[in-house]
Amino acid sequence: MKVLNEVKITADAKSVNESYLRVAVASLAAQLDPTVEELSDIKTAVSEAVTNCIVHAYKMRTGKIYITARLCENQLMIIKIRDTGVGIPDIQKAREPLFTTGGDDRSGLGFSVMECFSDKLKVTSKEGKGTTVTIYKRIRGKSVNEP
Amino acid sequence: MQVLFRTEKEKLTVYLSGDIDHHTSAQIRQSVDEQLQKFMPKELRLDFRDVHFMDSSGVGLVMGRYKAASVYGCKVVVCSMPDNVARIMKMSGLSKIITFDED
Repeated sequence: MKVLNEVKITADAKSVNESYLRVAVASLAAQLDPTVEELSDIKTAVSEAVTNCIVHAYKMRTGKIYITARLCENQLMIIKIRDTGVGIPDIQKAREPLFTTGGDDRSGLGFSVMECFSDKLKVTSKEGKGTTVTIYKRIRGKSVNEP
Repeated sequence: MQVLFRTEKEKLTVYLSGDIDHHTSAQIRQSVDEQLQKFMPKELRLDFRDVHFMDSSGVGLVMGRYKAASVYGCKVVVCSMPDNVARIMKMSGLSKIITFDED
């Protein structure tokens, strides 16, 4: 798969960075001329993944979030979000809707939203080593709505 | 992110705006719960018309306020959701316990 453009961002796992990171990735996606809805999908999926790093992987302690965002041929965007936190013991369970280990005000919808707002979602994790979430999103753009 | 409140009779309306994510929802939660405790309304209305972005943290926020409000026998209404907010809210199944109003 040919990569047309690539951006790498390393950020502290601080909740104040959530907004910056989703906007930065969405700005890159803008080069593929997405619809407003597609941009919103990307922002939301990235926000969920980044929040998982902060809340779960590092449990609100310090750590780094590594993002690689790629624009590929055929309007495909691939966003890899990696942490070196605690890892997920049971990925299948973590991806179940409403399952959460995050306490009272967490909805347990993070992975469901990421799945719903992307074309494909890959999750790999190793306990004690960290987790990598890869979001695949095809940018169909405005052309799809035209006759 | 800004939160404005309006009270009339036994109704507390919360006007949310800007982005709702894990970071901002902590502040919103605190200010809403303060007003809830102060007024102990019979209805808590969460108005989303000026919310530009929301992730699943917003669902958690509404779920949590539903629990907090039910302590006072207060019902929760969610209203004026833009399309992107409504999509996530509908995924949650919250409409089974909370009233969704168009306006």
